[in-house]
Amino acid sequence: MVLTKRWGIVLLLLCVSGVRAELQIEINQGVENPTPIAVVPFAWQGVGSPPEDVAQIIDSDLARSGQFAPVSRRDMLSYPTRESALFFRDWRAISAEYVLIGRVTVGAQARIDFQLFDTTRQEAVESGTVTGPVSELRMLSHRVSDSVYETLTGIPGAFATRLLYVSVTRNPTGKDFYRLTLADSDGRRPIVLLEGREPILSPAWSPDGTEVAYVSFETSRPAIYRQNLRTGEREQLTNFKGLNNSPAWSPDGNSMALVLSKDGNPDIYLLNLKSRALTRLTRHFAIDTEPTWMPDGKSLLFTSDRGGRPQIYRYDLRTQKIERVTFEGRYNARARVAQDGRNVALVHQRDGRYHIAVFDLVTDRLTVLTETSLDESPSIAPNGSIVLYATKRGEASILGAVAVDGGVRFSLPAREGSVQEPAWSPYVTP
Amino acid sequence: MKNVTLCAKWMGLVFAALFLAACSSNETKEAEAAAAAAAEQAAQETAAREAEQQAQAQAQQVREEAAADVGTVFYFDFDSSSLTDDARGQVDAHISALLGNNASVRLEGHTDERGTREYNLALGERRANAVRDYMVANGVPSYRIETISYGEENPLAYGSGESNWQQNRRVELK
Repeated sequence: MVLTKRWGIVLLLLCVSGVRAELQIEINQGVENPTPIAVVPFAWQGVGSPPEDVAQIIDSDLARSGQFAPVSRRDMLSYPTRESALFFRDWRAISAEYVLIGRVTVGAQARIDFQLFDTTRQEAVESGTVTGPVSELRMLSHRVSDSVYETLTGIPGAFATRLLYVSVTRNPTGKDFYRLTLADSDGRRPIVLLEGREPILSPAWSPDGTEVAYVSFETSRPAIYRQNLRTGEREQLTNFKGLNNSPAWSPDGNSMALVLSKDGNPDIYLLNLKSRALTRLTRHFAIDTEPTWMPDGKSLLFTSDRGGRPQIYRYDLRTQKIERVTFEGRYNARARVAQDGRNVALVHQRDGRYHIAVFDLVTDRLTVLTETSLDESPSIAPNGSIVLYATKRGEASILGAVAVDGGVRFSLPAREGSVQEPAWSPYVTP
Repeated sequence: MKNVTLCAKWMGLVFAALFLAACSSNETKEAEAAAAAAAEQAAQETAAREAEQQAQAQAQQVREEAAADVGTVFYFDFDSSSLTDDARGQVDAHISALLGNNASVRLEGHTDERGTREYNLALGERRANAVRDYMVANGVPSYRIETISYGEENPLAYGSGESNWQQNRRVELK
């Protein structure tokens, strides 16, 4: 079977799934002494009542990071929305180190003006404005969170991003029900992109965040599809005999690494998305799978059991040389590289338990981040600070998140059923 | 003289006719007898063939029932794609049935939930291929066998722990 070039518009993006695919967020562990910050309710300058509580969205983002301890509104002595109404003593009295105030204006566009103050130094440390479509007011609020987070931690925030994941409703007497879901990074506004009774696997983002790729068994055989999030166009990219899995977009967006077993056993291939030329990269009787790109696009990491047990290897596209990367332990698989090109999140087995670990490509040091025993599918936030992954709670699969430094942990269970295979989006162009 | 000659010619013709008639009559009888014998033989052969076919059909039915009895799910040891002795016995029963019919089969490979999903897809394929290769080695044409891997998707048992995992490490014949 050759590559198919059928484009089809699918009914997607249109079907909001309601609560069923929605994630909840439970913060399990924050940093010691998180920074107290007061996010004061923002002024509303629009017709009717505000569609979103912008300050509450920012408050929740900062709380979820584990690095901040937002002050409760009930404890605030006043609700200033302009600098002229702000009295630092009111905020020092309730031990808020920082105060964020702002105003939301909605006309043809939505606009949020905000100012961040240091109550000790009694001065503004940041002021800014974000604008965008009224329908994207939640995403604009997350952009304020990103900005505040970067000002106070020195690291860009990753709140104005999205998550892709697979939700599964178990059916003990028949086939499970699968949904490929897209949601904001806080789990809100879930949208079902694809659903059905056949498995959906390996969701992946295009580097510009406008497209996703995944594996669907909808034809009763696995095939790789790409789907445009804006237009809803969908295309089946592969339909080979055997495995068709692990699509991984190259950083320049022009090609896709993937796994096919059409020539006998699983190997890594490169599909040129323009010319449709297919190049076989690995050629080994062992299992080669789970390709992922280094951020510079010059090499790929992949999982192979060519040494007897699954370990991470690196394929250099220029020299076509393969070198082994991980040596610690009997099982290291499914690597994902942070944007810094240094931290690699992977699944590491220790004492028969499967944990999420971070491997430092510079020091060759491997650090286990999780204590649960059935962890898989790590995905790193675009700012490199948090690893999202899937784990088990009882019979259900839930998402977990852990800071790369191990300091912060939170869980994202589905309100109903299981959730697995998270893929954190790149920074999306507003 | 002329009449004698004519008479002799006539006599000749009559004899010839009689002779031919006699011959023809003999041939008909022989043919009839031969035909009867052939028919009898054919009937016997048909009966024998039918009996044989019936016996074969019965034997095939026995083989297919035996295959059905052993089930269509073959279990594997942890981290292994080698057929266990039990699984080999089961697959042998299916091979016997498949050698007597033209059925096509689909072999679906599965793993337990431990380890990564994509690596497990590869392990599930290894298990399905192990069953396929064993069938092909024993005479089932490869074009009648399709293999597919679901990895850890579609588990038979949802919980964790070995009692559940061992039910999920399997190849299903469909």
